[in-house]
Amino acid sequence: MSKRLFVKGNEAAAMGAVEAGCRYYFGYPITPQSDIPEYLSRELPPLNGEFIQAESEIGAINMLLGASATGARAMTSSSSPGISLKQEGISYMAGAELPGVIINISRSGPGLGGIDASQSDYFQCVKGGGHGGYHIPVLAPNSVQEMYDLTMHAFDLADLYRTPVMLLGDSVIGQMKEALIPNPRPVRELPAKGWAVRGKSGAEQRVVKSLFLGDGELEAHNWHLHAKYQVMKEKECISEEYETADARLIVAGFGSVSRIAHTAVTMARAEGMKVGLFRPVTLFPFPEQALAQAAARAGKVLVVELNTGQMVEDVRLSVGAAAQVSFYGRPPGAGSLPSPEELLEVIRKNYEETAR
Amino acid sequence: MQQVFKRPQSLKDVQTHFCPGCHHGTIHRLVADAMDLYGVQDRTIGVASVGCSVFLYGYFDIDVVEAPHGRAPAVATGVKRARPDSFVFTYQGDGDLAAIGTAEIIHAANRGEDITVVFVNNTTYGMTGGQMAPTTLVGQKTSTSPYGRDKSKDGSPIRMAELMAQLGGVAYSARVAVDSPKHVLEAKKVMREAFGYQAQGKGFSFVEVLSACPTNWGMNPLKANARIGEEMIPYFPLGVFKKEEA
Ligand SMILES: Cc1ncc(C[n+]2csc(CCOP(=O)(O)OP(=O)(O)O)c2C)c(N)n1
Ligand code: SF4
Ligand SMILES: [Mg+2]
Repeated sequence: MSKRLFVKGNEAAAMGAVEAGCRYYFGYPITPQSDIPEYLSRELPPLNGEFIQAESEIGAINMLLGASATGARAMTSSSSPGISLKQEGISYMAGAELPGVIINISRSGPGLGGIDASQSDYFQCVKGGGHGGYHIPVLAPNSVQEMYDLTMHAFDLADLYRTPVMLLGDSVIGQMKEALIPNPRPVRELPAKGWAVRGKSGAEQRVVKSLFLGDGELEAHNWHLHAKYQVMKEKECISEEYETADARLIVAGFGSVSRIAHTAVTMARAEGMKVGLFRPVTLFPFPEQALAQAAARAGKVLVVELNTGQMVEDVRLSVGAAAQVSFYGRPPGAGSLPSPEELLEVIRKNYEETAR
Repeated sequence: MQQVFKRPQSLKDVQTHFCPGCHHGTIHRLVADAMDLYGVQDRTIGVASVGCSVFLYGYFDIDVVEAPHGRAPAVATGVKRARPDSFVFTYQGDGDLAAIGTAEIIHAANRGEDITVVFVNNTTYGMTGGQMAPTTLVGQKTSTSPYGRDKSKDGSPIRMAELMAQLGGVAYSARVAVDSPKHVLEAKKVMREAFGYQAQGKGFSFVEVLSACPTNWGMNPLKANARIGEEMIPYFPLGVFKKEEA
């Protein structure tokens, strides 16, 4: 039914947003995500949607806040330095329980850093980023198809849990071209948006806010948000496993590096090593249980990241004493993307240690 | 007996938290009056800012979105674009609009967003305890300009209504005061005119209101009220600076 297309990851995400019913987009140019605003500036107006190139990422996230407050499906996208600017708005949206999708095609840092593939913003995205101790679901696609599918999923999660949702990729995922099957939006039952501001129209006043000054109000609100995060942890974890059933070593990685690790694991298998790959697709909620089970069977986990060690903290928390955890990182920068052969060498070393 | 004065329908029947002699309450009333005039209460979405007016939703009987400090014009842009049939206004202080939110107000105005902005200039950061604002007069002592605002270091107070009038997207920009019955009546007329631009879909309208903050000016309400005419109006002249024809 659906045709096969050959598109960039960024375009696939933009297409997924349109298919999910998003008609409002607010953004600001930054490499390597500018294909997203470019695509939507072309595609939204004919659909009676609105595209605004905002004055800044701060402007863009607050336009998203406003559009989402009316109950509309809306989105923004940016890359690391721009995501830093959006953090205030994301915190306000989390506090006011507003849905909304934020695509982060991250780049390397700190500071202006560089535009190369990087996973150095795991902490920023997964651990809150802005003030106030909130969480938002973070989805980490590793293919063009997933850029499309997970963007649609992000809109559903946002509406289901009344929360901003982030899609975290990098220049590898955003810029590469692959085949895409643009499936229709999945049918999902979603709650009505009775909270949205629309103009009273004779009904009760509706207020979208994150200020809670009454005695005990804010504490109760924080426990309410916490309870939502617990439900997400129970229901919304997504992960992918490859050759983990009999593995004695599990390689764990997300996003772009998981593609390289996949090749390395296949090469290791060809050499007779019992190695598997565990890929978290949701970074929040982190697939703790699935990873803990796979890790306990294998006894050892090798975490691979394009940074100096961030997701590895969540891996350690997940597996506890059930498995040994080691880490291999390539912090971001030109020429720092590891080759499959490089990862194979690291796998070999770690595998030999388990065999001893 | 004929009733000649009553609470506007768009205002709730509650007491405000404002200090004695504060002008925020009077300005709220003028905004509600304009909403009532055009009968838009039921389709109005107000955007509250961070400052002494943050409790907008407590006083106006309308739907409200609370914006981060300075971001109200961007939030209002998102609201209006997603619901073009709604009536949208922001209500912002001078710290909020003329300091931290400068980029948002300039660009919302320049895009000609079909919204109304009510800008309350009390030459200080009221809510945080009277620090220097971009509108603080030269020589004015505040908690962060204890020697008085120094033009050579702190710059000159920004005249926002005139600045707004320079932007292509702005249809209406005016400055009013509410320190005397005469000025209140003029302010009422201007507020109605500004809201009228949106009611007719004519574009961005801006009303700056000179406002007293007795608490942080260290004055009693009467002295604070008098300061508007004595010190503020000479620097911030009242008037309509832009009025685009239909
Ligand atoms: C990002 C951020 N910075 C600072 C503050 C603290 N703050 C709250 S209100 C305010 C100033 C309000 O002054 P103004 O906008 O003039 O309103 P007024 O209270 O005078 O009506 C500030 C600085 C904040 N809430 N958020
Ligand atoms: S501090 Fe100033 S602006 Fe705030 S309520 Fe009191 S008088 Fe009004
Ligand atoms: Mg002020």
